[in-house]
Amino acid sequence: MLSVLVCIFFVFICFLLQSTVFPHLAFGGIIPNLMIVVTASYGFMRGRKSGLLVGFFSGLIMDIFSSGVLGFYALIYMYIGYLNGVFKKMFFPEDIKLPIALIIGSDFLYNIIIYVLIFLLKGRFQFSYYFLNIIIPEMVYTIIVTCILYPLLLLLENLLERREKEGASKIV
Amino acid sequence: MSPVLKRPKEKFTLPSKYLLFLLTCVCIAIMILSFKTPALNTPLNSIAGVLLVPFQNGISEVGGWISDKSDQLMEIKDVLEENQRLKAEVDRLTIENTKFQQERYELNQLRQLLKLDEEYSEYEKIGAQIIARDSSNWFSSFTINKGSNDGIQINCNVMAGSGLVGRVTDVGPNYAKVTSIIEDNNNTSGLLLSTGDHLIVTGDLTTMPKGMIAFNKLVDNDNKAAVGDKIVTSNISNHYLPGILIGYISSIETDSNNLTKSGTLTTAVDFEHLEDVLVIMELKQTIQ
Repeated sequence: MLSVLVCIFFVFICFLLQSTVFPHLAFGGIIPNLMIVVTASYGFMRGRKSGLLVGFFSGLIMDIFSSGVLGFYALIYMYIGYLNGVFKKMFFPEDIKLPIALIIGSDFLYNIIIYVLIFLLKGRFQFSYYFLNIIIPEMVYTIIVTCILYPLLLLLENLLERREKEGASKIV
Repeated sequence: MSPVLKRPKEKFTLPSKYLLFLLTCVCIAIMILSFKTPALNTPLNSIAGVLLVPFQNGISEVGGWISDKSDQLMEIKDVLEENQRLKAEVDRLTIENTKFQQERYELNQLRQLLKLDEEYSEYEKIGAQIIARDSSNWFSSFTINKGSNDGIQINCNVMAGSGLVGRVTDVGPNYAKVTSIIEDNNNTSGLLLSTGDHLIVTGDLTTMPKGMIAFNKLVDNDNKAAVGDKIVTSNISNHYLPGILIGYISSIETDSNNLTKSGTLTTAVDFEHLEDVLVIMELKQTIQ
């Protein structure tokens, strides 16, 4: 129960930061993608189901406050969360390489999907422009933010896990 | 006593594969639904209005205060220099102003003769503050802190200074979402003021960092359109009130079909540093 509350808290805080604070901290008009960090992290830390649920709800919040069709981001984020959940078997809390790689990959995938579905289908063929001016800067900025956000997520996750184990051993 | 032990009931869990499939269906359903009707938006918007908007309001207020203070400290030196320069400019402008006042007097008289109303300044407007921006880098819609409680409706036009920003596309009780004209998937019907020709203004992400967006489908058979000409909203647009300034032509070229022209225009509004906007309460009259 507590872990669900922590999850909701993180999604809320990240959305608020991303929509209000980071536009002031934008580098060249580019803001980092915190929602993808949270979605991917919960995906590989807790597994497929948590990943897809966190993705679904963070996408839904973004949908409500964006101008597009409702459910569009929810679908993309849900699949990204699910795909990250597949890597739970390979995930160890001590290893930082896999999380970073997965978050970069997720952000890249997310941007490519948006480019293909919205921009390419409308006849915007200058992929290299979008790649160099939006996708790459966003990935770099997201990684910088990940270095701060991810240890926080991991720390809370470990604390919760320990608590759960203690609780379980008491019952036995 | 019966030796039967009560086994703890197993918690029902749905395998993630099925959950994924189920939620995919849900997503597709709401996508289709929200595309067809805005019925789903109202409950979600009021929930968001209660849960998130107060926070966004607070954060943007604090953030605005902090950035104000830091700007003040940094700019004091510039301001002193600028003051000198501006004083000189004031003198120059005062002279110019008197000239313009004379011309304006003449213009007003001519307008009265033509029975032209000065429509622009007659619209009822309310000010609003931007509290949140679109959370992706691909789009540039934003949220303002006034909503249906203040009388804002969907399709209300939004201005900043004297230029067009966009229109309200969704409204909650205490906030409204504004889609800007620079958004890549947005088209606006415009009018070239110098010749009266219609054109289409299209948002373009690739030229936006330079403060420019694209326009196309300009029929200009007399070759009169030139760089620097004003583009305003057209009277045939079904969302925008006529005669609101969009921007100025910054480059123009003939299309390969030799019939129409396209190019880029510099927007009248500085979208990068937009903080406060004006919402026009009047809606464009359309035939349903």
